[in-house]
Amino acid sequence: MADPMKIRAQLKGDVAEIRVLMSHAMETGQRKDAAGATVPAHFIQSMTIDVGGKRVVDGQVGGSVSRNPVFGFKMKGAKAGDKVVVSWIDNKGEKRTDEAAVA
Amino acid sequence: MKQNIIGALCALAVMGGASAQSPKKPVAKPSTKAAAAPAAEEKDAATLEFEKFRAEMEESNPAELFEMKGQEQWKAKRGPKNVSLAESCDLGQGVGKVEGAYVKMPRYFADADAVMDAERRIVWCMVEKQGFKFDDIAKQPFANETFTPDITNLVTYVATHSRNMKIAVPLDDPKVRDAYEVGKEIAAYRAGPYDFSCNTCHGTDGKRIRMQNLPNLSTPAGAIKGVQGWPGYRMTGGVMLTHQWRMGDCFRQQRFPQPKYASDAVAYLLTYMIGTANGQVYKGPGIKR
Amino acid sequence: MNTTRRTVLKGATASGVLAGLIAAGALRPTQVLASEWNKAAFEAKDTAGALKGIGAAAPADSKDLVLKVPDIAENGAVVPVDVVSNIPKTTSIAILVEKNPSPLCAQFEFSNGALPEASARIKMGQTSMVKAVAKADGKFYTAQKEVKVTVGGCGG
Repeated sequence: MADPMKIRAQLKGDVAEIRVLMSHAMETGQRKDAAGATVPAHFIQSMTIDVGGKRVVDGQVGGSVSRNPVFGFKMKGAKAGDKVVVSWIDNKGEKRTDEAAVA
Repeated sequence: MKQNIIGALCALAVMGGASAQSPKKPVAKPSTKAAAAPAAEEKDAATLEFEKFRAEMEESNPAELFEMKGQEQWKAKRGPKNVSLAESCDLGQGVGKVEGAYVKMPRYFADADAVMDAERRIVWCMVEKQGFKFDDIAKQPFANETFTPDITNLVTYVATHSRNMKIAVPLDDPKVRDAYEVGKEIAAYRAGPYDFSCNTCHGTDGKRIRMQNLPNLSTPAGAIKGVQGWPGYRMTGGVMLTHQWRMGDCFRQQRFPQPKYASDAVAYLLTYMIGTANGQVYKGPGIKR
Repeated sequence: MNTTRRTVLKGATASGVLAGLIAAGALRPTQVLASEWNKAAFEAKDTAGALKGIGAAAPADSKDLVLKVPDIAENGAVVPVDVVSNIPKTTSIAILVEKNPSPLCAQFEFSNGALPEASARIKMGQTSMVKAVAKADGKFYTAQKEVKVTVGGCGG
């Protein structure tokens, strides 16, 4: 199973900063391993962020996002304690959902 | 931990062996030249540009993903003895205490009768307290692109709990002081096909390889630069690596045989390097090129 | 897993039918809720194709789209990119690397209070223009900047 994400959502004034670290190989399908064999494509394709039950970010991602992706977003209207739910799904259908609270 | 000590002796013996052969051939130029930069603290445009993005990179360091796993593994009952490290492992600050432990190692541990760096100590706990086999851990002790050993997660977890604390290797302990002195000698030991020592690249100010400045590990300011990057998330390959790994890799780059994992030789070298950084603030785990 | 599932369900209560389907196991939450991956755009081999794929064939240059990237990347495997759009009614931001084998890196759509800005870390195979493309009020805008990719030393 995919490893958990690390989610941070911090209020700075009326803006919440949301940082997400994801654990994923993000293989483009073009890289060769030490033995010269092509490493098959394996990367996150979609990611979403919901805050307080509402979709805030709907993202699409390609293999050229770095391994173990890091994303940062900002939003207005979030309150301390609001639930932040982040999900991703990759090209093999693997998925992961984690949550945190706005602090 | 007998095998560790034997391992260390073997490593040192191998190094001695290499020295016996080395002076004969002044070998062709090394491919990674350590060219002298114009001045020690003169920063070029590229270095300044890298530094602009450092803070952002460090603020969201994928090392945190490994720390999360390490925390889970520290607290979980594991191994043949089904014991957690949290309830059995003393890193020098009391059983289970991780706060500030990383910056106070290497230190002498009476129960193991050895000077141990953080990684070596955790391995010792995994073997002695949890019942894991040393050889199993040592088989693949460092991460690659498809595998991260538990020990790497654990070291990252422990190191995170020393972030922003001052390095305080107990050099007033005679055993630690001895280890420091031996480590200092290892760092200065020139041998191998290129007649290199650690100090060839890391013993004076103003050296660089390609785009990277090389810290002078013989000064506190230089040593902390080397120390606080580890354990570190390495952008190349996206892998989490430890200070033990870095020591081994330095020997590989010198074209030396690599010292044995979790051995005296590595612990002594780390005692010298981290001890030299005493008093400086640890800002790891790091993110490395 | 259960708590996660409950959370997702709660988020979807606006549509009782949808929640029912998810609860019945007929649909997986992420599949339902994320938009479909834009294969044509992400697999395009050149910038023109990628732009066409996201519907932005001829974006206009804009100073109000702020792209922050390093002049020189410390490592092409991890290049930090930060995009902020000051263009009113911006609803999405895309990041492209012209010389990558597949130029489109990511596209984000914003709603419900999200500010039109995004940061990510991307791979670059070689020195190249990095492009940001924003969609605002149905129109597309772009900004670009060159990032040099260097070769590094040893173990760091």
